[in-house]
Amino acid sequence: MSINTLNESNNSSIVDILQERMVEFVQLARNNGFQAGISEAINAQLIAYTFNITDLKHLRWGLRSLLCSNQNDWNRFETLFNTYWFPVTKQLTRSESVASAPVGERKLISSGMNIAKGVASDVDQNVQGDGEDAGNGGVREGASCHENLTRSDFQFISDTDQMHQMDNLIDDLAKKMRRRMIRRQKIKLKGRNIDLRRTLRNSLRYGGIPLKLKYKQKRKNQPRLLILIDVSRSMSLYSYVFLRFAHGIVNTFRDTDAFAFHTRMVHISNALQQPNLTKVKKKLSLISSGWSGGTRIGKCFESFLNNYNHRLNSNTVVIIISDGLDTGEPQLLGRQLEIIKNRCRKLIWLNPLLGRPDYKVKTNSMLAALPYIDLFASAHNLESLCNLETEFIRV
Amino acid sequence: MSELSEIDAFEIQLSEVDYIADRSLASSLLLMKKLERPLLLEGEAGVGKTEISRALSNVFDCPLIRLQCYEGLDVNTTVYEWNYQHQLLAIKLMEQGDFNLEIADKQIFSEKYLLRRPLLQAISQAKAPVLLIDEIDRADEEFEAYLLEILSDFQVSIPELGTLKAVSKPYVILTSNGTRELSDALRRRCLYHYVDYPSFDRELRIVNTRLPNIGQQLSRQIVAFVESLRRIDLRKNPGVAETLDWAAALMCLDINSLDDNLDAIRDSLMCLLKTQEDREALDDVTIERMVGKAI
Repeated sequence: MSINTLNESNNSSIVDILQERMVEFVQLARNNGFQAGISEAINAQLIAYTFNITDLKHLRWGLRSLLCSNQNDWNRFETLFNTYWFPVTKQLTRSESVASAPVGERKLISSGMNIAKGVASDVDQNVQGDGEDAGNGGVREGASCHENLTRSDFQFISDTDQMHQMDNLIDDLAKKMRRRMIRRQKIKLKGRNIDLRRTLRNSLRYGGIPLKLKYKQKRKNQPRLLILIDVSRSMSLYSYVFLRFAHGIVNTFRDTDAFAFHTRMVHISNALQQPNLTKVKKKLSLISSGWSGGTRIGKCFESFLNNYNHRLNSNTVVIIISDGLDTGEPQLLGRQLEIIKNRCRKLIWLNPLLGRPDYKVKTNSMLAALPYIDLFASAHNLESLCNLETEFIRV
Repeated sequence: MSELSEIDAFEIQLSEVDYIADRSLASSLLLMKKLERPLLLEGEAGVGKTEISRALSNVFDCPLIRLQCYEGLDVNTTVYEWNYQHQLLAIKLMEQGDFNLEIADKQIFSEKYLLRRPLLQAISQAKAPVLLIDEIDRADEEFEAYLLEILSDFQVSIPELGTLKAVSKPYVILTSNGTRELSDALRRRCLYHYVDYPSFDRELRIVNTRLPNIGQQLSRQIVAFVESLRRIDLRKNPGVAETLDWAAALMCLDINSLDDNLDAIRDSLMCLLKTQEDREALDDVTIERMVGKAI
């Protein structure tokens, strides 16, 4: 069945208008980050044709199944659908829903509305966009925005729009890391090789005919990642981004654990381990009492070693994210780090302060820690986090 | 209004095979059939994602082919494999008689020696089966990529044989629990439905359908209790399957109402709470309070 047959079967102009509106709706969905291509546009017409289009519920369900591709889409589809199909009658709710939509989409929804009305020209929109951009500091549109964001220091990212973009970038980062690691390992084990020795040995049983083949295959060796994040006050400007980073890592890699520490060590993998960000935030807020206070790194690591010693093995990469500003004893910290260092494969310390041009390692704790650290790197922007990937691979 | 009743009719068909579907789910399933596209189901564990395909195979009266995914799943275990042993024996036998290389080559790599694994089986049936690819998120990325070819073209290429086209297009259902983010390419090819926990009425209907001998009073109490359990923040929320298990367990214990025997209820809660943490979170007082509310 194609659109042509739809046309033939019902020639009235209402059908034409509906078809146009439908195409527009699919475009709007695409502009709002739904995965909607040409085949979706055609299928949307088919849905309208197969289901009774006058019954909105069916159209809504049908399009929802077609256009959504994850739970996030599923949750915001309602808003999009209402915004497009009931622009006038539900003026009030529309403005509300647009306002509550994630900030990155807000403009998109409204620009979609402009297309629907067929009034605002591209130029108009650009002017509007520029005006807004100028209002909040510049980076939003154009090819250069990612570049800018990956290099801008986390502490300067304040407005929700950039935060939203940062969220997406971090998600992509974790996915990219895992994909590359798997690919590199695969080249090593390319071609499941037949183990000749074992095959020949086995064939003796069948009078020299190799009936049972034996293969050799390299075991996949992904490192286990343990992330320890400092959530004390001195880190408060950074901790959200790192928690977000840990969320991406925990949800992409198979064998990981995340911990947050300030004066105590808290295991946060369970809270992070779900794709739904709002749920994660809710769970984190429950366990985050006492965060943004002082820091006793050495003590925290001691309790970490007491409770999670078994998680350390020769295949483990421990990533500590902290600025090293500590109120505890430096000697204790040194001792604990020595133990950790001996039990894991690699100890990485990420210090967001290291990105500042005038920073020098001066605090006693940091000096005590330095001898045990395999990699001491800065982590003040996305680019520095991206560079970590090669370190993971070289494990 | 024939289109409207189509969804209704489908919903009734589903309920006839003991699957109480939400109407929007029925519409998604119908769409899957009409558009011939795979349907990706996501949702918490135990909301009946896997069960849907069983119900579908009953409704369409066709076989159900199930592929359980796990890490390390590869083409040889999912699509096809040559029967090496058989081939080797054939070669040995041929060596005894006249041996013509060309004919032998054709024979050795013929369908006779091909072992069909679930995916190939699914596209080579005369009557379209329901193909359930369970927990796709557990499989590796490379397998996911391979799946794309099959799901979009419904064909399999075997180097020695050529391309095998689908005899009939199977109804494909994929389920995912979200242990790993799926690739956008795969998501794009699928319709999507997020299966939520059932509403009170629907869960009640499910319990009554599956366990016809259960009393109305008990089933109401059970569903209310489980619903309140889902509202407190447990590590693992009980799904519909757990509700049914629990209901069956209570029936075995001859309980007619939840306030009959609190000890028995506490002991039978293992049907609902599957982690030590959750069991500890529910002390006697909480249980009593929740039972009181449910009655």
